[in-house]
Amino acid sequence: MSTPLAEVERKPLTKKELAAEHPTWCPGCGDFSVLALYFKLMEKRRIWHEKVTTVAGIGCSSRFPYFVQAHGAHFIHGRALPFATGLSLSRPDLHVFVFGGDGDAFSIGGNHFNHCARKNVKLTYLVMDNQVYGLTKKQTSPTSPIGFKSKTDTWGAQDEPVNPMRQALTAGATFVARTTHTNPKHLLEVMEQAMDHDGFSFIECLSECTEFFEGAFDSSNPRKGGEFLEMPQGHDVTDEMAAYRIAGVPFPGHFGVFYKVQKTTKNAKEAEINRRLREKVKGLEDWQILQQNFDRMK
Amino acid sequence: MSESTAKATASGGGPKISKVSEAVIRIAGNSQDGIQAIGGFLARLAGRSEQEVMTFMTIPSTISGGPSIFQVRIGSGEVLSSGDEADVLLAFYQHSYENHIGFLKDSGVVLYDSSHVTPNEDWQKKYRHVGVGISELTVEAIGGTAKDKGKNIFALGLVARMFDLDVSKLERLIDERFRGKVSTVAETALTAFRAGYGYMQTSLAEHYQFTPPQKRGKEQVVMNGNEALAYGLLAAGVRFGAGYPITPWSDLMEILRNELPKYGGTFVQAEDELAAVSMALGASYAGRVAVTGSSGPGLSLKGEAIGWGVMAEMPLVVVDVQRGGPSTGMPTNIEQSDLNIACFGGHGDSPRVVLAPASVEDCFYTAIEAVNLARRYSVPVIILTDQAISTRIEAFSMPDLKTVVQDITPDLSTRADHKPYDLKAADGVTRHAAPGTRIESGVYPVVTGLEHDELGHPTSSPKLHLAMTAKRRRKLQALARTLPKPELFGAPEGNVLLVGWGSTKGSLHEAVEVARAAGDSVSCLHIRNVSPLPEGLEQIFDGFNHIFVVEVNDEGLYGYGQLAGLLRARYCDGRIQGINKTDGLTWRVRDVLARVKEKLASPKNS
Ligand SMILES: Cc1ncc(C[n+]2csc(CCOP(=O)(O)OP(=O)(O)O)c2C)c(N)n1
Ligand code: SF4
Ligand SMILES: [Mg+2]
Repeated sequence: MSTPLAEVERKPLTKKELAAEHPTWCPGCGDFSVLALYFKLMEKRRIWHEKVTTVAGIGCSSRFPYFVQAHGAHFIHGRALPFATGLSLSRPDLHVFVFGGDGDAFSIGGNHFNHCARKNVKLTYLVMDNQVYGLTKKQTSPTSPIGFKSKTDTWGAQDEPVNPMRQALTAGATFVARTTHTNPKHLLEVMEQAMDHDGFSFIECLSECTEFFEGAFDSSNPRKGGEFLEMPQGHDVTDEMAAYRIAGVPFPGHFGVFYKVQKTTKNAKEAEINRRLREKVKGLEDWQILQQNFDRMK
Repeated sequence: MSESTAKATASGGGPKISKVSEAVIRIAGNSQDGIQAIGGFLARLAGRSEQEVMTFMTIPSTISGGPSIFQVRIGSGEVLSSGDEADVLLAFYQHSYENHIGFLKDSGVVLYDSSHVTPNEDWQKKYRHVGVGISELTVEAIGGTAKDKGKNIFALGLVARMFDLDVSKLERLIDERFRGKVSTVAETALTAFRAGYGYMQTSLAEHYQFTPPQKRGKEQVVMNGNEALAYGLLAAGVRFGAGYPITPWSDLMEILRNELPKYGGTFVQAEDELAAVSMALGASYAGRVAVTGSSGPGLSLKGEAIGWGVMAEMPLVVVDVQRGGPSTGMPTNIEQSDLNIACFGGHGDSPRVVLAPASVEDCFYTAIEAVNLARRYSVPVIILTDQAISTRIEAFSMPDLKTVVQDITPDLSTRADHKPYDLKAADGVTRHAAPGTRIESGVYPVVTGLEHDELGHPTSSPKLHLAMTAKRRRKLQALARTLPKPELFGAPEGNVLLVGWGSTKGSLHEAVEVARAAGDSVSCLHIRNVSPLPEGLEQIFDGFNHIFVVEVNDEGLYGYGQLAGLLRARYCDGRIQGINKTDGLTWRVRDVLARVKEKLASPKNS
């Protein structure tokens, strides 16, 4: 799409124009950082309100679209990805960003995650992983560590947690990265790379739930005496097996881009099918294409 | 066969020729024998000859096939149903012969494959038997390379001769169907056809000839309900769809998958129905109403997302090709038991639009209406078809596609400001500004499933919930006021009013004709706008002593079916009673009439 002159002259949007209603998150909630950096990203990359769409499921983190002054959709629990798929495939002119929680992504929406990844739909999916169900007030989440005392596992979580990096890699995601809300610079960098990736880009962002799982990520936060581990020196982002191995490093693990390869997107594949089929009906108006079918049924 | 004049031809010793105005031919065999193809050719030929035609088929529930039938009713006048009884039974096997001879009219003709069928002596006295070694003769004609292949086309030749059908038109149809494949395939098919035709020339004492149809001077198209619905969606401008395979919806989605790209559109086979409906909603949000669909179990899965569509006021078209339920139920059976879930299958107060097309032609136009209602009222619209109408072939007038096909490209032009859920909107209806629309005020909308204010931001205000709930209701009440009163078939006053919906329209109309011819005071009302219902039905009801709602669903806990329940709730009218069944088949005219008699004889109604 060509950019009209007027748009080139538009000043980049700042937080002032991008902030909508004040977030309803608890004070100190990690999700605030993600929102702040989303605004930064739009400012830095000169994305206009109307060129971006923010989609989410249900959860504390999923309330994201209300806080952004741009087109947004607050869909149902676990199904933000398929909703965003319909949007992305219909509208190549938009940046589609999807936000959600760990329950939304890996429990109720687990199957959609796998399929959206393997189909390589062009969109960015950022999961704010707080390892707990925030909105419903402290039940075990699929990423809760074993032993985490929630209201549904008062004696400590029992089941093996999902490893989001490994899940994304095995599902076939073409961009897989990990970051945390306590390192804004890193978070912005990763978001920017994800946005520029032509395909399904997935970010797990550790985002502390101060209300129900306080201190969960201190071990990755230097200000809390933890250590922020970048990716191992010389990691080749196209090496899937290496990425898989690094993803197995015990918590808090490494942060950065685990995996990044270029594969044809679902969007491009469908566009190619369109191109081929439209070649056969070249020059015909829609009603004439349909007439061809009806003539065969006479 | 309705025979108008049965006169022998004077010319020499040829077969006697009887004129008929219509005929019902039941073809019984195994599905892998290509019996659908014979029926399809006959239906298409009728369409090209400006005759009316309706078919009925059963689908075997296993892939390897199995017993299956295809029934064609061809008429020079109006054809309303696929026929209660057959004039001709074409039986390929002993089981076909034994299971279907009961559907033959007295003195009807059984045309059977003498290579497989041994006739029964008693039946030979009752019906005219014509044995032809179909299997052997086919092999003789086209060679034995492909065992059992081609015998359907041979049999088509037999029927063509028997009914003096237009050979050149049929040969053209056969050629069109098989052309494109290896050239010898079409040749072989034509050879088989000619062999069958030639054989019958000499071996049947009586031939039939259709009286010329009333020419309407309009070209006809011949297709089934799934095809008509898919093409209707394309005509309406739908360019995105998503679905998950399930019988009998799969055929429809396969058409969309193959056709949409020609129009620059996309169809996605989703990982499940939850994803499918979500994708469709995402595409609708992108600015152009999208479609999803399924059959029974899949509609259950889509429920939550449809509710989101109601709350967010997002246009959406959902097709439900009903089948026998509940659960996996009877996948290849005909049933009309999803009316309740379509109308009420959402938690909370979630009014939506439900339409039920009455014929194959109506499938085409209902699809367009669904798209337009979804857009006009920003609401999910569910189209309820069923196994009967989805596989039934009918001929109808060629639509004027140039005027019917519409362009619904979204308008993304900049606007000064925008409030999607404006409570003061003149017509009370939400209009969305799709993503990509620049809004100069800098205030952007969120579409949401939470109760919301006018901009789509969440609210816990009881006042707003009241106002928004009323807004979502009122727009459909406004829609109801625009609906035409359904047409009454038969006299406007009388003893019995039959009420039906969806695919049973033809059978009910025919039932009225038969009843009236016998002097009984029966009329019929057909409802295609199931939700919201059109207004003024009570005035129609007032003209009758009894109102019997005829449905292919169970009589339920309280003795009436799903539409009857809706009508009773709406009109508080105890005269509304149910005539129901769930045997997996569409209503036969005589069964409807028998049940009406029974009902009238019951002490409650006398
Ligand atoms: C179908 C459905 N089931 C359950 C819920 C209740 N529910 C809302 S959010 C949520 C889990 C939220 O956890 P997560 O996705 O991790 O998001 P967080 O609140 O932690 O950000 C649940 C179970 C719902 N809204 N819809
Ligand atoms: S409950 Fe937890 S996740 Fe939710 S807003 Fe509060 S701190 Fe954030
Ligand atoms: Mg969570």
